[in-house]
Amino acid sequence: MAEFFHMGGYGAYVWAAYAVFAIVLVADALTPLWQRRRTLHDIAARLRRESTRDGARKNRAPTTQDPTA
Amino acid sequence: MKPGTTSAACAALLRRDLALIWRRRGDALNPLLFAVIVVALFPFALGPEAQVLERIAAGTIFVAVLLASLLSLDNLFRSDLDDGSLEQLVLSPHPLSLLLACKIAVHWLTTALPLIAIAPLLSVFLHLPDTVLPVLLGTLALATPLLSLIGAICVALTAGMRRSGMLLTLIVLPLIVPVLIFGAGACNAAQAGLPYGAPLLWLGAWLTLALVLAPLATAAALKISLT
Amino acid sequence: MNPLVLWFHKLGSPPYFYRLAGRFQPWLYALALITGAVGLYGGLFIAPADYQQGDSFRMIYVHVPCAWMSLFVYVFMAANAFVALVWRIKLSETLAMASAPIGAAFTFITLVTGSLWGKPMWGTWWTWDARLTSELVLLFLYLGVIGLYHAIEDTRQAARAAAFLALIGVVNLPIVHYSVVWWNTLHQAQTVSLMGQSKISSSMLWPLLTMAFATHVYFFASLLARSRAALLALESGKDWVREIALRESAQEARAHG
Repeated sequence: MAEFFHMGGYGAYVWAAYAVFAIVLVADALTPLWQRRRTLHDIAARLRRESTRDGARKNRAPTTQDPTA
Repeated sequence: MKPGTTSAACAALLRRDLALIWRRRGDALNPLLFAVIVVALFPFALGPEAQVLERIAAGTIFVAVLLASLLSLDNLFRSDLDDGSLEQLVLSPHPLSLLLACKIAVHWLTTALPLIAIAPLLSVFLHLPDTVLPVLLGTLALATPLLSLIGAICVALTAGMRRSGMLLTLIVLPLIVPVLIFGAGACNAAQAGLPYGAPLLWLGAWLTLALVLAPLATAAALKISLT
Repeated sequence: MNPLVLWFHKLGSPPYFYRLAGRFQPWLYALALITGAVGLYGGLFIAPADYQQGDSFRMIYVHVPCAWMSLFVYVFMAANAFVALVWRIKLSETLAMASAPIGAAFTFITLVTGSLWGKPMWGTWWTWDARLTSELVLLFLYLGVIGLYHAIEDTRQAARAAAFLALIGVVNLPIVHYSVVWWNTLHQAQTVSLMGQSKISSSMLWPLLTMAFATHVYFFASLLARSRAALLALESGKDWVREIALRESAQEARAHG
Protein backbone atom coordinates (compact mmCIF):
# COMPACT_ATOMS: atom_id res chain seq x y z
CA MET A 1 0.00 0.00 0.00
CA ALA A 2 2.81 2.38 0.88
CA GLU A 3 4.34 1.59 -2.48
CA PHE A 4 1.06 2.52 -4.15
CA PHE A 5 1.05 5.92 -2.47
CA HIS A 6 4.72 6.34 -3.25
CA MET A 7 4.03 6.04 -7.03
CA GLY A 8 7.64 5.25 -7.87
CA GLY A 9 8.84 8.52 -6.36
CA TYR A 10 6.24 10.66 -8.12
CA GLY A 11 3.65 10.34 -5.34
CA ALA A 12 3.55 14.02 -4.42
CA TYR A 13 2.93 15.14 -8.00
CA VAL A 14 0.41 12.43 -8.86
CA TRP A 15 -1.65 12.86 -5.71
CA ALA A 16 -1.49 16.64 -5.93
CA ALA A 17 -2.88 16.44 -9.47
CA TYR A 18 -5.71 14.15 -8.38
CA ALA A 19 -6.41 16.38 -5.37
CA VAL A 20 -6.70 19.48 -7.57
CA PHE A 21 -9.02 17.58 -9.91
CA ALA A 22 -11.24 16.47 -7.00
CA ILE A 23 -11.28 19.79 -5.14
CA VAL A 24 -12.06 21.95 -8.16
CA LEU A 25 -14.83 19.67 -9.40
CA VAL A 26 -16.40 19.34 -5.94
CA ALA A 27 -16.35 23.12 -5.62
CA ASP A 28 -17.93 23.35 -9.07
CA ALA A 29 -20.64 20.88 -8.06
CA LEU A 30 -21.43 22.75 -4.83
CA THR A 31 -21.70 26.23 -6.39
CA PRO A 32 -25.08 25.66 -8.14
CA LEU A 33 -26.53 24.13 -4.96
CA TRP A 34 -25.52 27.19 -2.99
CA GLN A 35 -26.73 29.56 -5.74
CA ARG A 36 -30.11 27.85 -5.94
CA ARG A 37 -30.55 28.01 -2.18
CA ARG A 38 -29.68 31.69 -2.00
CA THR A 39 -31.96 32.60 -4.90
CA LEU A 40 -34.91 30.74 -3.41
CA HIS A 41 -34.17 32.30 -0.01
CA ASP A 42 -34.19 35.79 -1.52
CA ILE A 43 -37.43 35.15 -3.39
CA ALA A 44 -39.15 33.70 -0.31
CA ALA A 45 -38.00 36.67 1.80
CA ARG A 46 -39.31 39.09 -0.81
CA LEU A 47 -42.65 37.30 -0.97
CA ARG A 48 -42.96 37.45 2.82
CA ARG A 49 -42.20 41.18 2.80
CA GLU A 50 -44.79 41.78 0.10
CA SER A 51 -47.48 39.82 1.91
CA THR A 52 -46.91 41.61 5.24
CA ARG A 53 -46.98 44.97 3.44
CA ASP A 54 -50.21 44.09 1.64
CA GLY A 55 -51.67 42.88 4.91
CA ALA A 56 -50.70 46.14 6.64
CA ARG A 57 -52.30 48.18 3.88
CA LYS A 58 -55.54 46.25 4.18
CA ASN A 59 -55.65 46.79 7.95
CA ARG A 60 -54.95 50.46 7.55
CA ALA A 61 -57.53 51.00 4.81
CA PRO A 62 -60.60 51.71 7.04
CA THR A 63 -58.69 54.17 9.27
CA THR A 64 -57.59 56.26 6.28
CA GLN A 65 -61.18 56.41 5.08
CA ASP A 66 -62.53 57.42 8.49
CA PRO A 67 -62.16 61.23 8.25
CA THR A 68 -64.06 61.42 4.97
CA ALA A 69 -66.89 59.23 6.26
CA MET B 1 -35.36 66.38 -44.51
CA LYS B 2 -33.73 63.94 -46.86
CA PRO B 3 -30.67 62.13 -45.49
CA GLY B 4 -27.43 62.74 -47.39
CA THR B 5 -25.41 60.07 -49.12
CA THR B 6 -23.51 57.50 -47.10
CA SER B 7 -20.14 58.68 -48.34
CA ALA B 8 -20.99 62.24 -47.29
CA ALA B 9 -21.94 60.94 -43.84
CA CYS B 10 -18.66 59.04 -43.55
CA ALA B 11 -16.68 62.07 -44.66
CA ALA B 12 -18.50 64.29 -42.16
CA LEU B 13 -17.85 61.77 -39.38
CA LEU B 14 -14.15 61.55 -40.28
CA ARG B 15 -13.86 65.35 -40.33
CA ARG B 16 -15.68 65.71 -37.02
CA ASP B 17 -13.63 63.06 -35.21
CA LEU B 18 -10.34 64.38 -36.55
CA ALA B 19 -11.31 67.91 -35.55
CA LEU B 20 -12.27 66.74 -32.05
CA ILE B 21 -8.94 65.00 -31.62
CA TRP B 22 -7.06 68.00 -33.04
CA ARG B 23 -8.67 70.23 -30.41
CA ARG B 24 -7.41 67.91 -27.68
CA ARG B 25 -4.10 67.10 -29.32
CA GLY B 26 -2.31 66.99 -25.96
CA ASP B 27 -4.33 63.93 -24.95
CA ALA B 28 -3.68 62.30 -28.30
CA LEU B 29 0.03 62.34 -27.52
CA ASN B 30 -0.43 60.22 -24.39
CA PRO B 31 -0.05 56.80 -26.08
CA LEU B 32 3.14 57.99 -27.76
CA LEU B 33 4.60 59.17 -24.50
CA PHE B 34 3.57 55.92 -22.84
CA ALA B 35 5.32 53.80 -25.48
CA VAL B 36 8.49 55.84 -25.21
CA ILE B 37 8.50 55.56 -21.42
CA VAL B 38 7.92 51.80 -21.46
CA VAL B 39 10.72 51.22 -23.96
CA ALA B 40 13.08 53.57 -22.13
CA LEU B 41 12.54 51.66 -18.87
CA PHE B 42 13.87 48.37 -20.24
CA PRO B 43 17.55 49.39 -20.46
CA PHE B 44 17.34 50.57 -16.82
CA ALA B 45 15.97 47.19 -15.78
CA LEU B 46 18.18 44.96 -17.93
CA GLY B 47 21.42 46.90 -18.12
CA PRO B 48 22.80 48.81 -21.07
CA GLU B 49 24.56 45.91 -22.88
CA ALA B 50 23.80 46.18 -26.57
CA GLN B 51 23.53 42.41 -27.14
CA VAL B 52 20.85 41.95 -24.47
CA LEU B 53 18.82 44.91 -25.73
CA GLU B 54 19.20 43.85 -29.34
CA ARG B 55 17.82 40.44 -28.49
CA ILE B 56 14.61 41.80 -26.91
CA ALA B 57 14.20 44.92 -29.07
CA ALA B 58 11.48 43.79 -31.48
CA GLY B 59 9.37 42.10 -28.84
CA THR B 60 9.62 45.04 -26.44
CA ILE B 61 8.62 47.53 -29.10
CA PHE B 62 5.69 45.33 -30.08
CA VAL B 63 4.46 45.03 -26.51
CA ALA B 64 4.88 48.76 -25.92
CA VAL B 65 2.90 49.63 -29.06
CA LEU B 66 0.23 47.10 -28.13
CA LEU B 67 -0.18 48.46 -24.61
CA ALA B 68 -0.20 52.02 -25.90
CA SER B 69 -3.03 51.32 -28.31
CA LEU B 70 -4.90 49.44 -25.58
CA LEU B 71 -4.59 52.53 -23.42
CA SER B 72 -6.33 54.67 -26.00
CA LEU B 73 -8.96 52.07 -26.97
CA ASP B 74 -11.10 52.80 -23.94
CA ASN B 75 -11.79 56.29 -25.29
CA LEU B 76 -12.94 55.05 -28.70
CA PHE B 77 -16.66 55.50 -27.98
CA ARG B 78 -16.50 57.14 -24.53
CA SER B 79 -17.13 60.79 -25.42
CA ASP B 80 -19.66 59.88 -28.11
CA LEU B 81 -21.54 57.77 -25.62
CA ASP B 82 -21.52 60.56 -23.03
CA ASP B 83 -22.89 63.25 -25.36
CA GLY B 84 -25.39 60.91 -27.02
CA SER B 85 -23.95 61.11 -30.52
CA LEU B 86 -23.29 57.38 -30.52
CA GLU B 87 -27.02 56.71 -30.30
CA GLN B 88 -27.52 59.09 -33.21
CA LEU B 89 -25.05 57.01 -35.20
CA VAL B 90 -26.95 53.83 -34.39
CA LEU B 91 -30.25 55.46 -35.39
CA SER B 92 -28.92 57.01 -38.59
CA PRO B 93 -30.15 55.62 -41.93
CA HIS B 94 -26.60 54.79 -43.04
CA PRO B 95 -25.02 51.40 -42.37
CA LEU B 96 -23.66 51.49 -38.84
CA SER B 97 -20.72 49.24 -39.70
CA LEU B 98 -19.41 51.75 -42.24
CA LEU B 99 -19.70 54.64 -39.82
CA LEU B 100 -17.92 52.62 -37.16
CA ALA B 101 -15.23 51.67 -39.68
CA CYS B 102 -14.61 55.41 -40.06
CA LYS B 103 -14.27 55.79 -36.31
CA ILE B 104 -11.84 52.86 -36.18
CA ALA B 105 -9.87 54.38 -39.04
CA VAL B 106 -9.60 57.63 -37.08
CA HIS B 107 -8.39 55.70 -34.06
CA TRP B 108 -5.71 53.99 -36.14
CA LEU B 109 -4.65 57.23 -37.83
CA THR B 110 -4.33 59.15 -34.58
CA THR B 111 -2.76 56.55 -32.29
CA ALA B 112 -1.17 53.75 -34.32
CA LEU B 113 0.29 55.81 -37.13
CA PRO B 114 2.24 58.11 -34.77
CA LEU B 115 3.42 55.00 -32.93
CA ILE B 116 4.73 53.52 -36.18
CA ALA B 117 6.37 56.85 -36.92
CA ILE B 118 8.36 56.81 -33.68
CA ALA B 119 9.21 53.09 -34.00
CA PRO B 120 12.59 53.96 -35.60
CA LEU B 121 13.41 56.07 -32.54
CA LEU B 122 12.41 53.22 -30.21
CA SER B 123 14.53 50.79 -32.22
CA VAL B 124 17.53 53.08 -31.83
CA PHE B 125 17.02 53.02 -28.05
CA LEU B 126 17.19 49.23 -28.09
CA HIS B 127 19.90 48.77 -30.74
CA LEU B 128 17.65 46.98 -33.20
CA PRO B 129 19.78 46.12 -36.28
CA ASP B 130 19.10 48.43 -39.20
CA THR B 131 18.30 45.51 -41.48
CA VAL B 132 15.39 44.47 -39.26
CA LEU B 133 13.85 47.95 -39.10
CA PRO B 134 11.94 47.65 -42.41
CA VAL B 135 10.49 44.31 -41.25
CA LEU B 136 9.48 45.89 -37.94
CA LEU B 137 7.76 48.79 -39.68
CA GLY B 138 6.04 46.39 -42.08
CA THR B 139 4.73 44.12 -39.32
CA LEU B 140 3.61 47.12 -37.29
CA ALA B 141 1.76 48.46 -40.33
CA LEU B 142 -0.10 45.13 -40.58
CA ALA B 143 -0.52 44.47 -36.86
CA THR B 144 -1.72 47.87 -35.56
CA PRO B 145 -4.85 48.02 -37.76
CA LEU B 146 -5.66 44.52 -36.50
CA LEU B 147 -5.32 45.76 -32.93
CA SER B 148 -7.65 48.70 -33.62
CA LEU B 149 -10.21 46.49 -35.37
CA ILE B 150 -10.25 43.68 -32.80
CA GLY B 151 -10.10 46.19 -29.97
CA ALA B 152 -13.10 48.08 -31.37
CA ILE B 153 -15.28 44.95 -31.10
CA CYS B 154 -14.33 44.55 -27.45
CA VAL B 155 -14.86 48.23 -26.67
CA ALA B 156 -18.29 48.01 -28.26
CA LEU B 157 -19.13 45.06 -26.00
CA THR B 158 -18.13 47.00 -22.87
CA ALA B 159 -19.63 50.30 -24.06
CA GLY B 160 -22.54 50.24 -21.63
CA MET B 161 -20.32 50.05 -18.55
CA ARG B 162 -19.10 53.02 -16.58
CA ARG B 163 -15.71 51.51 -15.72
CA SER B 164 -14.37 48.90 -18.08
CA GLY B 165 -10.58 49.33 -17.95
CA MET B 166 -9.43 46.02 -16.52
CA LEU B 167 -12.21 43.99 -18.11
CA LEU B 168 -11.44 45.44 -21.53
CA THR B 169 -7.81 44.37 -21.18
CA LEU B 170 -8.87 40.88 -20.13
CA ILE B 171 -11.16 40.56 -23.14
CA VAL B 172 -8.76 42.01 -25.69
CA LEU B 173 -5.63 40.17 -24.60
CA PRO B 174 -6.45 36.58 -25.66
CA LEU B 175 -7.74 37.83 -29.00
CA ILE B 176 -4.58 39.67 -29.93
CA VAL B 177 -2.07 37.07 -28.72
CA PRO B 178 -1.75 35.55 -32.22
CA VAL B 179 -1.08 39.02 -33.65
CA LEU B 180 1.69 39.55 -31.13
CA ILE B 181 3.17 36.09 -31.74
CA PHE B 182 3.31 36.51 -35.51
CA GLY B 183 4.31 40.18 -35.49
CA ALA B 184 7.18 39.82 -33.05
CA GLY B 185 7.96 36.39 -34.51
CA ALA B 186 8.49 37.84 -37.99
CA CYS B 187 10.95 40.42 -36.59
CA ASN B 188 12.82 37.79 -34.58
CA ALA B 189 13.03 35.52 -37.62
CA ALA B 190 14.38 38.39 -39.73
CA GLN B 191 16.91 39.16 -36.99
CA ALA B 192 18.07 35.52 -36.96
CA GLY B 193 18.43 35.52 -40.73
CA LEU B 194 15.48 33.17 -41.21
CA PRO B 195 12.69 33.61 -43.77
CA TYR B 196 9.95 35.84 -42.36
CA GLY B 197 7.44 35.83 -45.21
CA ALA B 198 4.98 33.35 -43.72
CA PRO B 199 4.04 35.25 -40.54
CA LEU B 200 3.71 38.46 -42.57
CA LEU B 201 1.33 36.70 -44.95
CA TRP B 202 -0.65 35.37 -41.98
CA LEU B 203 -0.97 38.89 -40.59
CA GLY B 204 -2.04 40.13 -44.01
CA ALA B 205 -4.68 37.43 -44.28
CA TRP B 206 -6.08 38.24 -40.84
CA LEU B 207 -6.05 41.94 -41.59
CA THR B 208 -8.07 41.36 -44.77
CA LEU B 209 -10.53 39.23 -42.85
CA ALA B 210 -10.76 41.71 -39.99
CA LEU B 211 -11.23 44.70 -42.33
CA VAL B 212 -14.37 43.06 -43.68
CA LEU B 213 -15.75 41.42 -40.55
CA ALA B 214 -14.67 43.58 -37.62
CA PRO B 215 -16.81 46.65 -38.48
CA LEU B 216 -19.84 44.37 -38.85
CA ALA B 217 -19.04 42.68 -35.55
CA THR B 218 -18.49 46.05 -33.87
CA ALA B 219 -21.88 47.24 -35.10
CA ALA B 220 -23.57 44.06 -33.83
CA ALA B 221 -21.80 44.31 -30.46
CA LEU B 222 -22.73 47.99 -30.10
CA LYS B 223 -26.37 47.20 -30.81
CA ILE B 224 -26.30 44.56 -28.07
CA SER B 225 -24.79 46.83 -25.47
CA LEU B 226 -26.94 49.87 -26.27
CA THR B 227 -30.34 48.14 -26.10
CA MET C 1 -46.35 20.89 -36.14
CA ASN C 2 -43.74 18.17 -36.19
CA PRO C 3 -43.69 16.53 -32.72
CA LEU C 4 -39.91 16.89 -32.48
CA VAL C 5 -40.10 20.64 -33.20
CA LEU C 6 -42.96 20.91 -30.74
CA TRP C 7 -40.90 19.16 -28.07
CA PHE C 8 -38.02 21.51 -28.83
CA HIS C 9 -40.25 24.53 -28.30
CA LYS C 10 -41.51 23.02 -25.08
CA LEU C 11 -37.94 22.40 -23.94
CA GLY C 12 -37.25 26.10 -24.43
CA SER C 13 -39.82 27.03 -21.79
CA PRO C 14 -38.04 27.57 -18.45
CA PRO C 15 -40.46 25.74 -16.10
CA TYR C 16 -40.54 22.67 -18.34
CA PHE C 17 -36.76 22.63 -18.67
CA TYR C 18 -36.38 23.14 -14.93
CA ARG C 19 -38.52 20.11 -14.16
CA LEU C 20 -36.98 17.90 -16.85
CA ALA C 21 -33.42 18.87 -15.85
CA GLY C 22 -34.28 18.18 -12.22
CA ARG C 23 -35.31 14.66 -13.17
CA PHE C 24 -32.13 13.95 -15.18
CA GLN C 25 -29.61 15.67 -12.93
CA PRO C 26 -29.23 13.05 -10.12
CA TRP C 27 -28.84 10.24 -12.65
CA LEU C 28 -26.17 12.15 -14.53
CA TYR C 29 -24.27 12.89 -11.32
CA ALA C 30 -24.49 9.21 -10.35
CA LEU C 31 -23.35 8.02 -13.78
CA ALA C 32 -20.42 10.47 -13.71
CA LEU C 33 -19.41 9.29 -10.23
CA ILE C 34 -19.57 5.60 -11.15
CA THR C 35 -17.73 5.85 -14.48
CA GLY C 36 -15.25 8.24 -12.88
CA ALA C 37 -14.57 5.72 -10.10
CA VAL C 38 -14.15 2.89 -12.65
CA GLY C 39 -11.82 5.03 -14.77
CA LEU C 40 -9.71 6.09 -11.80
CA TYR C 41 -9.51 2.50 -10.54
CA GLY C 42 -8.36 1.36 -13.98
CA GLY C 43 -5.89 4.21 -14.21
CA LEU C 44 -4.42 3.89 -10.73
CA PHE C 45 -4.47 0.10 -10.18
CA ILE C 46 -4.84 -1.81 -13.44
CA ALA C 47 -2.86 0.20 -15.99
CA PRO C 48 0.84 -0.73 -15.92
CA ALA C 49 3.48 1.92 -15.27
CA ASP C 50 4.78 3.62 -18.38
CA TYR C 51 8.18 2.30 -19.47
CA GLN C 52 9.56 5.81 -19.90
CA GLN C 53 7.69 7.94 -17.38
CA GLY C 54 7.06 5.35 -14.67
CA ASP C 55 4.08 6.04 -12.43
CA SER C 56 4.04 9.76 -13.13
CA PHE C 57 2.17 9.10 -16.36
CA ARG C 58 -0.91 8.29 -14.24
CA MET C 59 -1.59 12.03 -14.20
CA ILE C 60 -2.78 11.53 -17.77
CA TYR C 61 -6.11 10.31 -16.39
CA VAL C 62 -6.98 13.70 -14.96
CA HIS C 63 -4.93 15.96 -17.21
CA VAL C 64 -5.97 14.78 -20.65
CA PRO C 65 -9.74 14.38 -20.05
CA CYS C 66 -9.81 17.90 -18.59
CA ALA C 67 -7.85 19.25 -21.55
CA TRP C 68 -10.37 17.67 -23.92
CA MET C 69 -13.22 19.05 -21.84
CA SER C 70 -11.76 22.56 -21.86
CA LEU C 71 -12.13 22.56 -25.66
CA PHE C 72 -15.40 20.64 -25.77
CA VAL C 73 -17.08 23.00 -23.31
CA TYR C 74 -15.94 26.00 -25.31
CA VAL C 75 -17.43 24.56 -28.50
CA PHE C 76 -20.63 23.76 -26.62
CA MET C 77 -20.76 27.27 -25.18
CA ALA C 78 -20.12 28.86 -28.58
CA ALA C 79 -22.81 26.73 -30.24
CA ASN C 80 -25.32 27.82 -27.61
CA ALA C 81 -24.13 31.40 -27.92
CA PHE C 82 -24.80 31.21 -31.66
CA VAL C 83 -28.32 29.88 -31.12
CA ALA C 84 -28.92 32.52 -28.44
CA LEU C 85 -27.86 35.38 -30.71
CA VAL C 86 -29.56 34.19 -33.90
CA TRP C 87 -32.87 32.86 -32.56
CA ARG C 88 -32.92 34.73 -29.25
CA ILE C 89 -33.73 31.61 -27.24
CA LYS C 90 -33.54 32.38 -23.55
CA LEU C 91 -32.60 28.82 -22.62
CA SER C 92 -29.57 28.88 -24.93
CA GLU C 93 -28.35 32.07 -23.27
CA THR C 94 -28.66 30.36 -19.90
CA LEU C 95 -26.90 27.20 -21.11
CA ALA C 96 -24.04 29.16 -22.69
CA MET C 97 -23.47 31.24 -19.55
CA ALA C 98 -23.79 28.19 -17.28
CA SER C 99 -21.11 26.29 -19.22
CA ALA C 100 -18.53 29.10 -18.98
CA PRO C 101 -17.54 28.56 -15.31
CA ILE C 102 -17.41 24.78 -15.77
CA GLY C 103 -15.15 25.20 -18.79
CA ALA C 104 -12.96 27.59 -16.82
CA ALA C 105 -12.73 25.00 -14.03
CA PHE C 106 -11.63 22.29 -16.46
CA THR C 107 -9.10 24.63 -18.05
CA PHE C 108 -7.75 25.52 -14.64
CA ILE C 109 -7.36 21.82 -13.73
CA THR C 110 -5.60 21.22 -17.04
CA LEU C 111 -3.12 24.00 -16.36
CA VAL C 112 -2.37 22.96 -12.78
CA THR C 113 -2.06 19.23 -13.51
CA GLY C 114 0.00 19.99 -16.62
CA SER C 115 2.33 22.03 -14.45
CA LEU C 116 2.48 19.21 -11.86
CA TRP C 117 3.29 16.76 -14.64
CA GLY C 118 5.87 19.07 -16.14
CA LYS C 119 7.90 19.41 -12.94
CA PRO C 120 9.14 15.77 -12.75
CA MET C 121 9.23 15.29 -16.55
CA TRP C 122 10.90 18.47 -17.77
CA GLY C 123 12.25 19.71 -14.46
CA THR C 124 10.20 22.91 -14.56
CA TRP C 125 6.75 24.01 -13.42
CA TRP C 126 6.02 25.97 -16.52
CA THR C 127 7.25 26.00 -20.08
CA TRP C 128 5.94 28.22 -22.81
CA ASP C 129 5.13 25.41 -25.12
CA ALA C 130 2.29 25.51 -27.57
CA ARG C 131 -0.31 23.57 -25.66
CA LEU C 132 0.20 25.02 -22.18
CA THR C 133 0.23 28.50 -23.68
CA SER C 134 -2.94 27.94 -25.63
CA GLU C 135 -4.63 26.54 -22.54
CA LEU C 136 -3.66 29.72 -20.72
CA VAL C 137 -5.14 31.80 -23.54
CA LEU C 138 -8.27 29.65 -23.34
CA LEU C 139 -8.53 30.35 -19.62
CA PHE C 140 -8.33 34.09 -20.33
CA LEU C 141 -11.07 33.71 -22.93
CA TYR C 142 -13.30 31.96 -20.39
CA LEU C 143 -12.54 34.59 -17.74
CA GLY C 144 -13.35 37.33 -20.24
CA VAL C 145 -16.73 35.79 -20.99
CA ILE C 146 -17.50 35.30 -17.28
CA GLY C 147 -16.25 38.80 -16.41
CA LEU C 148 -18.31 40.46 -19.13
CA TYR C 149 -21.40 38.51 -18.07
CA HIS C 150 -21.07 39.66 -14.47
CA ALA C 151 -20.10 43.26 -15.27
CA ILE C 152 -23.34 44.14 -17.09
CA GLU C 153 -26.31 44.60 -14.82
CA ASP C 154 -29.17 43.54 -17.08
CA THR C 155 -28.88 39.73 -17.12
CA ARG C 156 -30.19 39.13 -20.61
CA GLN C 157 -28.16 41.92 -22.18
CA ALA C 158 -25.11 40.61 -20.32
CA ALA C 159 -25.73 37.11 -21.64
CA ARG C 160 -26.02 38.38 -25.20
CA ALA C 161 -22.81 40.43 -24.97
CA ALA C 162 -20.89 37.55 -23.40
CA ALA C 163 -22.30 35.14 -25.99
CA PHE C 164 -21.03 37.45 -28.70
CA LEU C 165 -17.59 37.47 -27.09
CA ALA C 166 -17.64 33.67 -26.91
CA LEU C 167 -18.34 33.54 -30.64
CA ILE C 168 -15.44 35.88 -31.38
CA GLY C 169 -13.25 33.64 -29.24
CA VAL C 170 -14.06 30.70 -31.51
CA VAL C 171 -11.69 32.29 -34.00
CA ASN C 172 -9.02 31.66 -31.37
CA LEU C 173 -9.94 27.99 -30.91
CA PRO C 174 -8.39 26.69 -34.15
CA ILE C 175 -5.20 28.41 -33.08
CA VAL C 176 -5.39 26.60 -29.73
CA HIS C 177 -5.84 23.31 -31.54
CA TYR C 178 -3.42 23.65 -34.42
CA SER C 179 -0.73 25.32 -32.36
CA VAL C 180 0.41 21.74 -31.67
CA VAL C 181 1.31 21.56 -35.33
CA TRP C 182 2.73 25.08 -35.54
CA TRP C 183 5.22 25.00 -32.77
CA ASN C 184 6.35 21.56 -31.75
CA THR C 185 8.49 21.93 -28.69
CA LEU C 186 9.06 20.22 -25.35
CA HIS C 187 5.56 18.80 -25.08
CA GLN C 188 4.84 15.32 -26.35
CA ALA C 189 3.17 15.04 -29.70
CA GLN C 190 -0.44 13.92 -29.48
CA THR C 191 -0.50 10.20 -28.79
CA VAL C 192 -4.20 9.47 -28.47
CA SER C 193 -6.62 9.39 -31.33
CA LEU C 194 -10.03 7.84 -31.21
CA MET C 195 -9.79 6.97 -34.88
CA GLY C 196 -6.99 4.89 -36.35
CA GLN C 197 -4.04 3.28 -34.63
CA SER C 198 -3.25 4.52 -31.19
CA LYS C 199 0.26 4.43 -29.86
CA ILE C 200 -0.57 3.69 -26.22
CA SER C 201 -1.52 0.19 -25.09
CA SER C 202 -5.16 -0.71 -24.57
CA SER C 203 -4.74 -1.37 -20.82
CA MET C 204 -3.66 2.27 -20.52
CA LEU C 205 -6.20 3.58 -23.00
CA TRP C 206 -9.52 2.30 -21.69
CA PRO C 207 -9.27 4.09 -18.31
CA LEU C 208 -8.49 7.28 -20.20
CA LEU C 209 -11.53 6.95 -22.43
CA THR C 210 -13.67 6.04 -19.41
CA MET C 211 -12.47 9.17 -17.62
CA ALA C 212 -13.19 11.21 -20.73
CA PHE C 213 -16.74 9.81 -20.74
CA ALA C 214 -17.11 10.52 -17.01
CA THR C 215 -16.01 14.15 -17.38
CA HIS C 216 -18.45 14.65 -20.26
CA VAL C 217 -21.32 13.28 -18.18
CA TYR C 218 -20.21 15.36 -15.22
CA PHE C 219 -20.21 18.46 -17.41
CA PHE C 220 -23.82 17.89 -18.41
CA ALA C 221 -24.85 17.20 -14.82
CA SER C 222 -23.17 20.38 -13.60
CA LEU C 223 -24.58 22.30 -16.58
CA LEU C 224 -28.14 21.28 -15.69
CA ALA C 225 -27.62 22.21 -12.04
CA ARG C 226 -26.19 25.62 -12.93
CA SER C 227 -28.86 26.31 -15.54
CA ARG C 228 -31.60 25.46 -13.06
CA ALA C 229 -30.15 27.87 -10.50
CA ALA C 230 -29.74 30.55 -13.17
CA LEU C 231 -33.30 30.08 -14.45
CA LEU C 232 -34.68 30.57 -10.94
CA ALA C 233 -32.83 33.87 -10.64
CA LEU C 234 -33.78 34.96 -14.16
CA GLU C 235 -37.49 34.17 -13.73
CA SER C 236 -37.75 35.25 -10.08
CA GLY C 237 -40.90 37.27 -10.77
CA LYS C 238 -42.80 34.39 -12.36
CA ASP C 239 -45.42 32.29 -10.59
CA TRP C 240 -43.71 28.93 -11.05
CA VAL C 241 -40.60 30.21 -9.28
CA ARG C 242 -42.69 31.69 -6.44
CA GLU C 243 -44.33 28.33 -5.92
CA ILE C 244 -40.95 26.61 -5.69
CA ALA C 245 -39.63 29.27 -3.31
CA LEU C 246 -42.66 29.04 -1.04
CA ARG C 247 -42.56 25.24 -1.04
CA GLU C 248 -38.86 25.18 -0.19
CA SER C 249 -39.17 27.72 2.62
CA ALA C 250 -42.13 25.80 4.04
CA GLN C 251 -40.06 22.62 3.98
CA GLU C 252 -37.18 24.41 5.63
CA ALA C 253 -39.46 25.82 8.33
CA ARG C 254 -40.82 22.32 8.99
CA ALA C 255 -37.30 20.92 9.18
CA HIS C 256 -36.26 23.60 11.68
CA GLY C 257 -39.47 23.70 13.69
